[in-house]
Amino acid sequence: MLHDLLIAPFTEFEFMRRALAGSVALSLGAGPVGVFLMLRRMSLVGDAMAHAVLPGAAIGYLAAGLSLGWMTFGGLAAGVIVALLAGVVTRTTHLREDASLAAFYLISLALGVTLVSLRGSNLDLLHVLFGTVLALDDPTLLLIASIASVSLVTLALIYRPLVLECVDPGFLRSISPAGGPTHIVFLILVVLNLVGGFHALGTLLAVGLMMLPAIAARFWTQDISLLVAVATLIGIGSGIAGLLVSFHAGLPAGPAIILAAGAAYLLSLAFGIQGGLLTRLIPRRHLEA
Amino acid sequence: MSAAIRFHDLTLGYDRHPVIHHLDGAVRRGSLTAVVGPNGAGKSTLLKGIVGTLKPLQGKVTVEAGRQHVAWLPQAADVDRSFPINVYDLVSMGLLRGSGLFGGIGRRDRHRIEEAVAAVGLTGFEDRAIGTLSGGQMQRALFARLLLQDAQVILLDEPLTAIDAKTAADLLALVRRWHSEERTVVAVLHDLDTVRSMFPETLLVAREAVAWGATGEVLTAENLLRARRMLEAPDRSAETCARAA
Repeated sequence: MLHDLLIAPFTEFEFMRRALAGSVALSLGAGPVGVFLMLRRMSLVGDAMAHAVLPGAAIGYLAAGLSLGWMTFGGLAAGVIVALLAGVVTRTTHLREDASLAAFYLISLALGVTLVSLRGSNLDLLHVLFGTVLALDDPTLLLIASIASVSLVTLALIYRPLVLECVDPGFLRSISPAGGPTHIVFLILVVLNLVGGFHALGTLLAVGLMMLPAIAARFWTQDISLLVAVATLIGIGSGIAGLLVSFHAGLPAGPAIILAAGAAYLLSLAFGIQGGLLTRLIPRRHLEA
Repeated sequence: MSAAIRFHDLTLGYDRHPVIHHLDGAVRRGSLTAVVGPNGAGKSTLLKGIVGTLKPLQGKVTVEAGRQHVAWLPQAADVDRSFPINVYDLVSMGLLRGSGLFGGIGRRDRHRIEEAVAAVGLTGFEDRAIGTLSGGQMQRALFARLLLQDAQVILLDEPLTAIDAKTAADLLALVRRWHSEERTVVAVLHDLDTVRSMFPETLLVAREAVAWGATGEVLTAENLLRARRMLEAPDRSAETCARAA
């Protein structure tokens, strides 16, 4: 019974195994990136960047149809351009980064939807917006896995300046000029993971697997290394749970994965040992010291 | 006089509005200087100019030994206390200039971190998240980070604000130790009694230098009154400064 419920869908159907591999790879890259986005108080920046990727992917689609390479390159280029433009505006005017990003991503999103509607059918638009996690081919899987690998290695390299930029940016500026470049590299990682994510989940949901596990993890630990690990595990768990629910209930897989991550967040909010609602409602006896 | 820091017609500010302007002079090497003045006088801005995180609107500031030999204690409010990092990791950041942002921390470094934590009386707190520390404990941790930086020029921005008398005494003992080691210390302070009792030299600012020299000669009633009167809010309709280059 349990085997049929939990294991059989993956052993019997290749498309489910591919979807699982894609979700795991996405979680490995996007989970840690999401943790740093949250800790830098940039949770909604991920959402903005996910929308910013759309016009690039649309231009890639207009140029070559549903081509992995063109849509990836287009999405990546659009995301990086929006991130850099927002960065330049933030550093040269009095606008804060969230405001300049909001301006550019809204322009981007409107442009993207217009471009897709110029040529595509509604089905194509749905593909770009909501992804095709149950139809991941070898090149797409390789792309997502490569992005996860690049993300983990890059995060390891920029870990210290990234942490310092969050905790004490003034101190980092006083000892090193690495703050600015680190911020740009980090934003490029965000874009890379969103581009990987939009092939599986679409632009609108890609940010879900990045942010929801990270925010849920905050309710379980105060240690940054553990935060990264817990967020990644929640992402992987959401992938598995979402795919199974989608398989058995006949629901669309992408939204089911994000809903599973949403459920993980709500459970963490209720039962998390670090500031969850239950610990506040039923406080435990205090310690001696 | 051998100078550690020189100001050449230095004007610092934001959006063309000077916060402190046309400052000339030098901080003597090995000196212990207090920077005092009313709120908004430009004290913290001056330290940001020295450390290089704020570019001058005009003129320049020179650190003779080079900026890599400057350690800066920012105001405690500038540190994000909600970030999930413990005392040990916060203190270890003091090694980054020496080890580089990507270098490892070896056994000798770990010993130095433990010594710095012990010197500020935080042994046993190494694993505590910084968000759980009191204001005084947090300031002790930031002083431990300063100790590890082992810098020739040390800038302290309101190091004694909102901490108890015992912590203040312990931290001032560290300042005395740095002074005895002939390091140059510049501290922004509000408590004039502490300044009079411990700091031989004082710079009184109110958007420009009001007085600078021996503390007894600077902190006169007349100078302090002048400083209060000179402090004006930035004027949105201000004309271009006649001395602007």
